[in-house]
Amino acid sequence: MLAAIILLPFLYGIALACCGCKLSPRAGLFVLPVPIVLFLYFVWQIPRVAAGAGAAFSCPLLPQLGIDFALGLNGVSLIFALLISGIGALICCYSIGYLKPQENLTAYYCLILFFLGAMLGVVVARNLMVLYLFWEWTSVTSFLLIGFWHDRSRARYGAQKALFLTVCGGFCLFAAFVLLYTVAGSLDIDTLLQRKELILHSPAYIPILILTVLGAFTKSAQIPFHIWLPDAMEAPTPISCFLHSATMVKAGIYLLLIMTPLLGGNALWFAAVSGVGLLSLIWGAYQALKQTDLKAILAYSTVSQLGLIVALIGFGSQASLTAALFHTVNHATFKGSLFLVAGMIDHSCGTRDVRRLGGLAKVMPRTAVLAACGCLAMAGLPPFNGFLSKELFFGSALEAVSGNLAFLGGAAWLIPALAVLGSIFTFAYCLLILFRVFAGPLPAALPQTPHEAPRIMLWPSAILASFTLIIAFFPNLLARYLLTPAISGLLGETVRIHIAFWHGFNLSLLMTLLVFALGFALYKAWPQARKLFFGLPKLCSANAVYDRLIPGNGLIAAAGKVTDLYMTRRLQDYIVFNLLFFLCMTLGSIFCHVHGLRLLPEISPVSPFAYAWAACIIAAAIAVVRSQNRIPAVLSLGAIGYSVSFFFAVFCAPDLALTQLLIETVSLALFFLAFRHLPASFADKPQSRRRKRFNLLIALLTGCCVSLVALIGQSNRMFSGISGYYVENAKALTGGSNIVNVILVDFRGLDTMGEISVIAVAAIGVFVLIGLSPVKPFNRQGGDRQ
Amino acid sequence: MELLIAIVIGALFSAGIYLLLSRTLLRILLGVSLTTHGVLLLLLAMGKLNAGAAPLLHARAAAAYADPLPQALILTAIVIGFGITAFLIVLCYRAYQVLGSDDTELCRGAENE
Repeated sequence: MLAAIILLPFLYGIALACCGCKLSPRAGLFVLPVPIVLFLYFVWQIPRVAAGAGAAFSCPLLPQLGIDFALGLNGVSLIFALLISGIGALICCYSIGYLKPQENLTAYYCLILFFLGAMLGVVVARNLMVLYLFWEWTSVTSFLLIGFWHDRSRARYGAQKALFLTVCGGFCLFAAFVLLYTVAGSLDIDTLLQRKELILHSPAYIPILILTVLGAFTKSAQIPFHIWLPDAMEAPTPISCFLHSATMVKAGIYLLLIMTPLLGGNALWFAAVSGVGLLSLIWGAYQALKQTDLKAILAYSTVSQLGLIVALIGFGSQASLTAALFHTVNHATFKGSLFLVAGMIDHSCGTRDVRRLGGLAKVMPRTAVLAACGCLAMAGLPPFNGFLSKELFFGSALEAVSGNLAFLGGAAWLIPALAVLGSIFTFAYCLLILFRVFAGPLPAALPQTPHEAPRIMLWPSAILASFTLIIAFFPNLLARYLLTPAISGLLGETVRIHIAFWHGFNLSLLMTLLVFALGFALYKAWPQARKLFFGLPKLCSANAVYDRLIPGNGLIAAAGKVTDLYMTRRLQDYIVFNLLFFLCMTLGSIFCHVHGLRLLPEISPVSPFAYAWAACIIAAAIAVVRSQNRIPAVLSLGAIGYSVSFFFAVFCAPDLALTQLLIETVSLALFFLAFRHLPASFADKPQSRRRKRFNLLIALLTGCCVSLVALIGQSNRMFSGISGYYVENAKALTGGSNIVNVILVDFRGLDTMGEISVIAVAAIGVFVLIGLSPVKPFNRQGGDRQ
Repeated sequence: MELLIAIVIGALFSAGIYLLLSRTLLRILLGVSLTTHGVLLLLLAMGKLNAGAAPLLHARAAAAYADPLPQALILTAIVIGFGITAFLIVLCYRAYQVLGSDDTELCRGAENE
């Protein structure tokens, strides 16, 4: 059942691709049932998972390498699966109104379905390699969806950047998984947890930790890999909402969560994860303040909010992990609704530039209400769910000072300080979005006359926005049915989670009030603060590093140069590459086995006749090479052919001798026939001296190598031959007495049929090539030849 | 005899490969033919060179016959080799007709094609 659920989007997507053209304008309606069905299935699973009996599925995929197609639902994966399928359904619905019917909707919805399946695969996979497989699938679908409007150069740039960074992270993850397998001998997550001690005490522990964390950070856009996320905003807005805010970027969060019991628990983990998380929180919020594009603000805000979640995971206590999961859900609700609002504004006003927008509350009152819910929730104001998770965040940060991060000593107090600073920025940009876009006078010059978006776009956003309130008022519903099973499963102990609005007068309440006061002050003083912010010197920018290293003259040009190095479009070079490969392989394997091989065979006596024969062939071969005229060359070739035929006759092969004689004669006739139509000169075109010497060297080397192979082949009999079988059974089984013929037409009759087909194909080729209408000779100087 | 035939095979291969690496279509063609001859001899040398009677059944012991298997392979190879030669000749003819040159250097096509 679970496997069918995961494969459903893929199969549906393929079906859509197959019959897509006809229902392209209505593809959205066709696709919408899939995420809804998935969502209902996962809702149905809630009580089962809470009872500890979530659906599971396993079948061997590559058992030799420990890879099973193992899927399983537990508390953490269920939360993510609900988010993915639920928001997926809303996004499908929203896209129906957002995208114009003439766009390539089939491709769009196919990719959404593939992404949906891959993302669900990531969160339900119980085998690390299966997880990795789905992980890369999400990167690829994300790449294709960012580049959905591929006629825009920014979209192509953004897609390439996202792919490059996330796939680099993916490789790190792959390396980490391989290391885990070599250390613990299993890729199954549950088995790995049982062998935790083995991993903790192995020398590979630090590399595994670093590589895993790198994989998670690139996916979740943490500093300094966050640069791909703002550029990914070139995607259609529903995609930005779905992939780049609500689900795909949370894959890194999911990975960190499931790795916490396995790899967490030491200082490096706590410091690296929470440090990077806090830095991303502050840097993202600070950058969000400076942006003017609505989606860019939201992108940086996503970086910052993901940083908050990552920091919470880094604190590593039970309360902070709960807060991390809780905020993951909250962030998906308010950021999702904000992205959808941004899409509606873009859709109805024709611009997303906050400097050009204003006063939209008058013309888009419903949108304004939704935006207010989202912004205030993100700012952490009561009575929205953001307030609850922010309280939990401050509480966890304070707890970490004396808890898991106590080893930092006095510096640990930086953590709550940084948390407050990041939250102040967050508060300020939330108010800035809300009031700059929706308050004040309506600007006169907008690209389009603003109007309320159609209902099909409003509803998904409204559902998400309503959740900001529902979760805020009934947080313990979520805590009881989703968070408790998740955290219990994650930590392997039964926990009780209770989330309350009011914690009494304590330090975290003070911090919240401080954030409100200073955040509001920053918002009020924004015109002055803005100058200060933009006046700050630009430090080293990760974007500049990326732009120097990767596109344009960087890695991509270098890759092109490497390709040009061997793709010379010159036939001779390709032959040389093949020969070099042949030489390396043959000589290498001879060298490796040189001890077990006899190099010289037993020499049988040579008649003087044979010397003459050999001399004749070699002389003729040299004559062919040195000949400047084609007639002597072909005649020398004929001489070789006849000598070979003579050799066959001497060595008891009458059939071969006859066939060779016949074929050689026909070939000669063919050559002379063709000469009428070929250029008269047989001299080689000029080649440089060095090139000629090199060719000669390669030719002689190959000749020597083949001679060596011939000698070794004659002196070593590694297996008993199968020829005896043919000799003994020829008469009895086939009734023929010419063994060679019997092998060809009877024992190996099918091979011979294949051979005849080859000849037939060659004959058809010859016939067609000759019969093609004569074309005008191609003139290299340009223009038609007279 | 074994050494001698190995040398002959090597010589045929060297000459064939050297021709293959030149720029003229006809030379490449003859190079293929020369290499084919080398392959035929190589196949025969892989069986036992000196052994007995032609593989036509009479009342002899099985060991008295020359190895029939390489011979069957060679017979196939000769015919296939002819097919390839014939096809290549016509291909050269056609290429010369269409491109107006028998120089592979001039048939390289445009960059990034």
